[in-house]
Amino acid sequence: MGGYSALRLLREGLRDQRGWRPAWRSPKLRKAYDIVIVGAGGHGLATAYYLARNHGITDVAVLEKGWLGGGNTGRNTTVIRSNYYYPESCALYDLSLRLYEGLSRELNYNVMFSRRGMMILHHSEHEREIAARTVNAMRLNGVDAELLDRDEVRARAPLLNFGEDARHPILGAVWQERAGTGRHDAVAWGYARAADRLGVEIVQNCEVTGFIVEGGTCKGVETSLGPVRAGRVGMAVAGHSSHLAAMAGFRLPLTSYALQAFVSEPLKPMLDCVVASPAHGVYISQSDKGGLVMGGALDRVPTYGQRGNLPVQEDVLGGLVDCFPAIARVGLLRQWAGIVDVSPDSSPILGPSPLPGLYLNCGWGTGGFKAIPAGGLLFAHILAQGAHHPISAPFDLTRFERGRLIDEGAASGIAH
Amino acid sequence: MQVYTCPFCGLRDEREFFFAGEAGAARPDTTGPVSDAEWAEYVRMRRNALGRAREVWMHLTCGELFVMERDTLSARVLGSVALRRAPGGREGADGAGSVDGPDGEGAP
Repeated sequence: MGGYSALRLLREGLRDQRGWRPAWRSPKLRKAYDIVIVGAGGHGLATAYYLARNHGITDVAVLEKGWLGGGNTGRNTTVIRSNYYYPESCALYDLSLRLYEGLSRELNYNVMFSRRGMMILHHSEHEREIAARTVNAMRLNGVDAELLDRDEVRARAPLLNFGEDARHPILGAVWQERAGTGRHDAVAWGYARAADRLGVEIVQNCEVTGFIVEGGTCKGVETSLGPVRAGRVGMAVAGHSSHLAAMAGFRLPLTSYALQAFVSEPLKPMLDCVVASPAHGVYISQSDKGGLVMGGALDRVPTYGQRGNLPVQEDVLGGLVDCFPAIARVGLLRQWAGIVDVSPDSSPILGPSPLPGLYLNCGWGTGGFKAIPAGGLLFAHILAQGAHHPISAPFDLTRFERGRLIDEGAASGIAH
Repeated sequence: MQVYTCPFCGLRDEREFFFAGEAGAARPDTTGPVSDAEWAEYVRMRRNALGRAREVWMHLTCGELFVMERDTLSARVLGSVALRRAPGGREGADGAGSVDGPDGEGAP
């Protein structure tokens, strides 16, 4: 299977596109692997890739109950950023951002990372004080950040509502130049293809139904295609983490909610950065195809139904029209929801589970997509070494017992 | 729009309700020593069940706290029972009726 390049595109164009091969194999499930990863979303596939590339472990299976990238990886709003408050979070999310910057080249797959910048608006003097504090914290943590005033916001996004009648007047914004968006499916496909080429086996339509536990240690998983033994098992199943944990006999500090997103009909270019407004509880960007990609707050009802409820749709779309009056009559193309696993401190959980041999990558809440490269790299380290990476150590499950939380829900002003 | 049943007001719009937490969590007995792990289990850990779930909800407009049983996948409501005791305690409001689950009493 050859690499992707402009030359290859040209050659296949001249050969009637007959030379393309499937980007990954569909192997039969074997009886045993060194490492089994549950969940072929971005985090699971990235973990498999870095296990093979960084640790030389290629006897790896990634099991997926549905189709590859069909969960939250295919349901998010593609925003990539590292504008967090605490040093632990900045180390984690900025690692991810830096990996995204080189990901297309690394994977030989265009993930369309577009460093278009992101602004988080503030609408009152009090919010502006907090915004200044956030900018200072980000800079101290080595992350780029700027405090924009009203005119600088207007220069970047003139269609925002600067009118006298705006429900929330715009005073300024926290700007992260290096933030942007990526092609979400391409991230899953790129990692899948690169992992597959290194020998990892991706098995779709294979649902994990239980864990094989011997002598108090996890020795593999029961699946709809039969039992599979493994030296170590990692789970990266986002909203369904509690469901798998229940099979393994423990509970997690997670609640699963639906997070909705929306995309409009394609429009001419009108917005070339990502805009978030915590006061309205909304965020928006424009995709390369011209559709406005929009989202907002969680549904407040715990759920596993990938639908989303009407009250939140009204709040989000109403808030967006407040922000951008010009889009009031734009038609919606699609609405969907993903099930996100929200932790008490809005930070992820990485590391060993209470069941020896089983490891956790969960709790990303609404922010999992931007963290895929770092989540995969760190989780691969944990699975390969059986021990934490310095960046993942603060995110261990035991923090809820020790009381050392990383409370980004409160600190970074982004509710998730 | 979904409607939920408030035991006091009857069927009402879902926007009037607030999810307060899972039912059945028992606060550790503080008459003896309680470990960090026991506190963490009570304060942080959640069942977060896929399927049948027993939860404490509040009807914000009247202030009624009650136990609602729902299916978290289909969103179907299976029952609502008040946590409030009737005057004289003649009605065992906690955990009574169709919402009685394996966890026993429906205390928040």
